Amino acid sequence: MAVVDLTALSLTDLVAKVKAKEVSAAEVAAAYLARVRALDASIGAYLLVDGEGATAAAKAIDARIAKGEDCGPLAGAPIALKDIFTTAGVKTTCGSKILAGYVPPYDATVVKKLRAAGAVILGKTNMDEFAMGSSTENSAFMPTKNPWDLTRTPGGSSGGSAAAVAADLCAAATGTDTGGSIRQPASVSGVVGMKPTYGRVSRYGMIAFASSLDQGGPLAKTVRDAARLLESMSGHDPLDSTSADRPVPKLEDAATKGVKGLKVGVPKEYFGKGLDPEVESVVRGAIDSLRSAGATISEVSLKHTEYAVATYYIVATAEASSNLARYDGVRYGARVEAGNLTEMYAKTRDAGFGAEVKRRILLGTYVLSAGYYDAYYRKAMQARTLIRRAYESVLADHDVILGPVSPTPAFRLGEKTADPLAMYLSDIYTIAVNLAGLPGISVPAGFSTSGLPIGAQIVGRAWDEETVLRAAGAIEAAAGIASRKPVLNGAA
Amino acid sequence: MGVQDFEPVIGLEVHAQLKTATKLFCSCRNTFGEAPNTHTCPICLGHPGVLPVLNRRAVELAVKLGLALGATIRAKSVFARKNYFYPDLPKGYQISQFDLPVCEGGRIPVGDRAFGLTRIHMEEDAGKLLHEGPGVTAGTSAVDFNRSSVPLVEIVGEPELRSAADAKAYLEALHRIVVYLDVCDGNMEEGSFRCDANVSVRPKGQEKFGTRIELKNLNSFHNVEKAIEYEIERQVAEIEGGGKITQETRNWNADKKQSFAMRSKEEAHDYRYFPDPDLIPLQIPLELVERVRASLPELPTAKVERYKRELGLSQYDADVLASDAAKARYYEAVLAKGADAKQAANWVSGDLFALMKDGTPIADVKVTPDALATLIARIATGAISGKQAKDVLAELYANGGNPDAIIAAKGMVQISDSAVLGKIVDEVIAANPAQVAKYQGGDQRILGFFIGQCMKASGGKANPKLLDEIVRSKLG
Repeated sequence: MAVVDLTALSLTDLVAKVKAKEVSAAEVAAAYLARVRALDASIGAYLLVDGEGATAAAKAIDARIAKGEDCGPLAGAPIALKDIFTTAGVKTTCGSKILAGYVPPYDATVVKKLRAAGAVILGKTNMDEFAMGSSTENSAFMPTKNPWDLTRTPGGSSGGSAAAVAADLCAAATGTDTGGSIRQPASVSGVVGMKPTYGRVSRYGMIAFASSLDQGGPLAKTVRDAARLLESMSGHDPLDSTSADRPVPKLEDAATKGVKGLKVGVPKEYFGKGLDPEVESVVRGAIDSLRSAGATISEVSLKHTEYAVATYYIVATAEASSNLARYDGVRYGARVEAGNLTEMYAKTRDAGFGAEVKRRILLGTYVLSAGYYDAYYRKAMQARTLIRRAYESVLADHDVILGPVSPTPAFRLGEKTADPLAMYLSDIYTIAVNLAGLPGISVPAGFSTSGLPIGAQIVGRAWDEETVLRAAGAIEAAAGIASRKPVLNGAA
Repeated sequence: MGVQDFEPVIGLEVHAQLKTATKLFCSCRNTFGEAPNTHTCPICLGHPGVLPVLNRRAVELAVKLGLALGATIRAKSVFARKNYFYPDLPKGYQISQFDLPVCEGGRIPVGDRAFGLTRIHMEEDAGKLLHEGPGVTAGTSAVDFNRSSVPLVEIVGEPELRSAADAKAYLEALHRIVVYLDVCDGNMEEGSFRCDANVSVRPKGQEKFGTRIELKNLNSFHNVEKAIEYEIERQVAEIEGGGKITQETRNWNADKKQSFAMRSKEEAHDYRYFPDPDLIPLQIPLELVERVRASLPELPTAKVERYKRELGLSQYDADVLASDAAKARYYEAVLAKGADAKQAANWVSGDLFALMKDGTPIADVKVTPDALATLIARIATGAISGKQAKDVLAELYANGGNPDAIIAAKGMVQISDSAVLGKIVDEVIAANPAQVAKYQGGDQRILGFFIGQCMKASGGKANPKLLDEIVRSKLG
């Protein structure tokens, strides 16, 4: 039998082979673990590889398949988890030194659901500390490199997951998206990444950055894979009061349903100053492909877009300043001993948090302070409502909104680390979607002349992930680049 | 000028732990007095990634208290985070309510007065620091998180109290109500009912409030009164000495009978309240409010009024019997067994409560309401005397049992036979000629002597009314 490169297969194809007993889950896990061993030293996608756990889980799947059991839609699929999802008995750091060595006593709801769907957890991926960043360079442990160009970042904060999917170091991965942290790395790493509607995926066990914006979602090789993974992650969770008590729709077939008659709005505000011409050209190509596939395209205006970044950095930092207060050295994680309590807090948090996290805690503390709350936080909440209404108003007449994900292709390592504001602006097209709580996806739409992937973003109505996936499937089909892979030295 | 020239202005903030089976935001048991950290989970320990889910029963209890106190129940209220660092606070913030509390307004009836409430809000309790005990190294402190996330209501009173005695009476009235409603066990020693006081003074006639001081650590009714008295005197002395009161928090030391400054306004926390994004706004539908309203028990003041109006009890008896939910339940159970209301009130509030001074709680008293009702019936029919009944009650109190069996065992049959009693009286008169002479000389007070001697001679069994008649007639 010819050696099939199992790691190059899509998740759906791989699961089909496992279920048909063409290949065992153990063989699949072994193939992926071997590839991770061979390649990840140069990429740095993983913070932790759980070879033992993955092998055991894969064998258990094989045993069940041998008994004729249905092991679920992810049977034997090796999945990487962003290190923001808690895993019982397996270290979870959230990319921070303050949680170095922390072993959670419980599994996140998403992790439980993935295991129940037959997934084999390969390990935990690198990320910007507490998901704060757009390049994964804010990881306290190491940077992750973009598989398409190792001198560039994979985006962030779910950069480890995006790089792992792009380099075939997992069949698919989970990420979280607070202001673009799934979509932006997906775009610059050439993979599919989806942020579902706020409330679709349980946040229990997903370490909080900004609670009202955080949503978990899939990063995958294809739109169909993303849809299947999202379905497995979704659903009401009694442990999360903000998770929606509504049925999970069947999403997988959406990718091939076509876009005939779909009304697509293209916001003019997303094609202004700062947008790289090559990105614009790829996104315009995606627009044309939807038109050719039968969709109606019209230009729309998304009001208040210019306030999104400021609004986001007030709301997100305010919530973060409170969410991160629990890392105090008292109960778990790192502690720096000191002569008294106040000093212990100060030294622990000084040594445990990186510069970007400190910057955001300071900003968030400031905007919630007595005398500033009304000027900043309350105003931001009002602006957030206006931004959400602007989206709702456009989506009242349009099925989806289409635009760029990131203003530029992947930037170089170190290029923006000295300029936080420039880094913040790289999320300009994604953060309003979080403020509005809507589903959004990044789908690979083309490449720059230098061979860097560029994604297109589709945003839909609340709870209508299906239509978003339909549009993404059409762009994916038209682009015809799903099989294009980065060239990696050391690959088997 | 002196203390009499100043008017104190006092408002109380009371924290009451709600009597739920589980904690406010997780499913750990709500208990007291168990080994440290045996009732904790990732949620109440504030682990990374956990989320709160509101305990619906706690909401019902808060609504129950609000309705009983005449407060407005908000259809929509919001949980907010109160941010501050302390080792007993696992998340670095307490989930509380800020600008939209569950209840607004209301009042606490105290005698024939009523004091206004600002609000009642729900929040979670913090853990507890341990400075000594097993497992605590000398010179360090440990934290017990069993109390972390136990549900609380904070009942915030308007600054309408004008004396330490009023403050104490207000607190006692509120305490009685929470225990009556069974929303809180009211145990002040264990900290399930806690009080802080805001105290200021102003020259009499002045409308503007003085600068207020917050008093903490007032863990008994007595301490509340003493600490406020002390604080009023301290503030007046400070002002009269030419000083100024600066806003601060002071801790009451019951041993030293003094308060000590904890932190000034400048050092006060900026709690940075904001709506908790992990919890959706709390909606309280009207049908929940109505269901809770329908389940409200009769409250102490209403009970006192009913006892007076319907049962004809005195103010004193009504107050004593209604002061405590369990005692009132006992009294009403005696009535349910058919006892006369006034007789039952006398026996319960008099003889029974006197016996209970040994510290036995009413729940453990061996005299069943049925037994007491029977005993009262036996007196009414003249089968036994009141004096005999006291002995029977003492026996019932000590060992329980059936009053008729005790009466029979003790041979307690009242002598109501005139012939038998007449013979006893004759013998007593014959044996005491000097006293007879005194009586006949006009000293009516000596009558009691004869009745006492005759009762003694009858072994306590003489029918007292009949005996009295016979003695009088025989002495002429």
